[in-house]
Amino acid sequence: MSFWKDPLKIAADWLMGILTSWGMPEVAAQILIGFLGVLILISVLMVLDIFLVWVERKVVSRFQDRIGPNRVGPFGLIQPFADIIKLLIKEDITPSGADKIVYNLAPILSMMSVLILWAIVPLAPTVLGVDLNIGALYIIAAGAIGALSIIMAGWSSNNKFALIGAFRQVAVMVSFEIPMLTMLLIPTILAGSMGMTAITEKQDIWFVLLSPLGALIFLITAIAELGRAPFDMAEGESELVAGYNTEYSGMKFGMFYAGELLHAFTYGGFLAILFFGGYRFFGLEQVSPFLAIAVIVFKAFVGYWIIMWVKYTLMRIRIDHMLAFNWKFLTPLAFTLLMVTALVNALLAGTSTWLYVAGMFLSNLVLGWAALTIARSYSRKEREKVEGVKKVVTTSRSTL
Amino acid sequence: MSQWIYIGLFFIVGLIVPVGAITVARILGPKKPNPIKQATYECGIETVGESWVQFKAQYYIFALVFLIFDVETVFLFPWAVKLSQLGLFAVVEGIIFILILIAGLVYTWRKGMLEWA
Repeated sequence: MSFWKDPLKIAADWLMGILTSWGMPEVAAQILIGFLGVLILISVLMVLDIFLVWVERKVVSRFQDRIGPNRVGPFGLIQPFADIIKLLIKEDITPSGADKIVYNLAPILSMMSVLILWAIVPLAPTVLGVDLNIGALYIIAAGAIGALSIIMAGWSSNNKFALIGAFRQVAVMVSFEIPMLTMLLIPTILAGSMGMTAITEKQDIWFVLLSPLGALIFLITAIAELGRAPFDMAEGESELVAGYNTEYSGMKFGMFYAGELLHAFTYGGFLAILFFGGYRFFGLEQVSPFLAIAVIVFKAFVGYWIIMWVKYTLMRIRIDHMLAFNWKFLTPLAFTLLMVTALVNALLAGTSTWLYVAGMFLSNLVLGWAALTIARSYSRKEREKVEGVKKVVTTSRSTL
Repeated sequence: MSQWIYIGLFFIVGLIVPVGAITVARILGPKKPNPIKQATYECGIETVGESWVQFKAQYYIFALVFLIFDVETVFLFPWAVKLSQLGLFAVVEGIIFILILIAGLVYTWRKGMLEWA
C-alpha cells in the first residue's frame, strides 16, 4: 500500500504514530486527526468557493456577450481575492430594528448547511468523510437547515422586502423538496442502499441511462432548492431589492453569496454521484484516488455549468406559476415515475442487462412524453380560453 | 457510532469557519454607526409600521401540505432500500401506498388548497 493508493489512511496512520508517541490517548488522537481532515477539506472548499465566484462571473459574462473580469491578474483570476478583501474591510451594519441574535446566526447557518453536505460526498473509493448509510436522508436534513437560515434571515431583518423574499424562498424550497425526495428514492431503489458510496459503486451502468427522467427532475428540483433563476423570485431584484438578504452587508452578505455558489456546485456533485457515476469513469478510479477526485470534481463542474446555463438562459417564473408547476405537474410526475421504476425494475430483474437498460430507458421516455403531452393539451386549452376572450375584444373594437 | 463523531466534527468546523470569517471582518471593518445608516432599508422611504405582521395564509397551507407529504415519503425509504429482496408483492404494496399518497394530493387539489388565492 503506497501513498498514491490510499493517501487518507497513510496520512492518518503516520499522524497517529506521531501523536501516540507523544503520549496522547488513542481516542483523542483519532478525534484530532478527524478534526484536521475535516478542517483541510473545508478549507479547500472555501478556496474553491472563492474560485467559483470567478467562474460564475466569467461564465455569465460569456453568456451575455461580455468579457467579464479581466483587469486584476491573468484572466481576472485575482479578482475574487480582491472582492474578499473588500468584503473583509466593509463596515458590519446591523439595522436597529433587527433581532440581533437571529440576524447574526442566519448567515453562519446558511454556510454551515452547505459545508456539512460534504461530509457524505465520496471523493474517491478511499477518500471520503463518512460513508453514512442514510446518505439520501442526510442531504434532505442538511437542506432543511438551509431553509431555516433563510427564514431566520428574512424574519430577523425586520424588513418587508426581506420577509417577503424569505417567505417565497421557503415556500419554494419546501414544495420542491417533495419531488426531490422522490427522486432520491430512485437511485436508492436501483442501488439497494441510501449510502453515497454504495450508490456510486453500483453504477456499472450510469443511473442516468436507467432513469433519464429522474435525473432531469432532480436537476429541476435542485435549481429550485438553490433559489436560482428561473426559480429566483425570492431574489426578484426588480421587486424585492435583494430578497431575504436585503439588510445584510459585508462578510455576512458574503456568507450568503458564497454559500449559494458552493451549494450550486454541491448539487452539481450530487447530480454526478446519484446519476452520473460519481468518481467512476471507465476504471480510472482504480488507478489512483487522485484521478478519482479529479473525475468527480470535473463532473460536479459540468453539473454546476448546466445549472449556470439554465440560470442565464431562462427568465423568472411567477411564484403562483411555480408552485402550480411543482404541485400539479412535478409531484404527480415524480410519484408516477417512482411507481413505474419500481415496477419495471422488479419485472425485468432476472433478464439480460441490455433488455433491463432498454426497458428502463424506454419506460422513462414514454412517461416523459406522456406527461409533456398532457401538459401541452392543458396549456392549449388555457390559451384558447384567453385568446377567445381577446378575439371578442378586437371584434367589438372594430365595430365601433 | 464513530461515524456520527465525524458528522459532529463537520458541524463544528462548519460553524467555526463562517464565524471566523465574520469575526475577522468585524475586527477589520470600520465602526461608525449612526441612526440613519442603521435604519431599515426601504428604497429611501421611511419605514411605516412593523414588518413582523401576520402575512399571507397561503404559505402556511403550502407548509402543511409539504409536512404531510414529507413524512409520508420518508416511509418509502426503507421500502426502497430492500425492494430487490422483497420481490413483486412488496412492489405492488408500495404502489398502493403511493396511490394513497396521490389520492391525498388529488383531494388537496380538488379542495383548492393548491391555488394561489
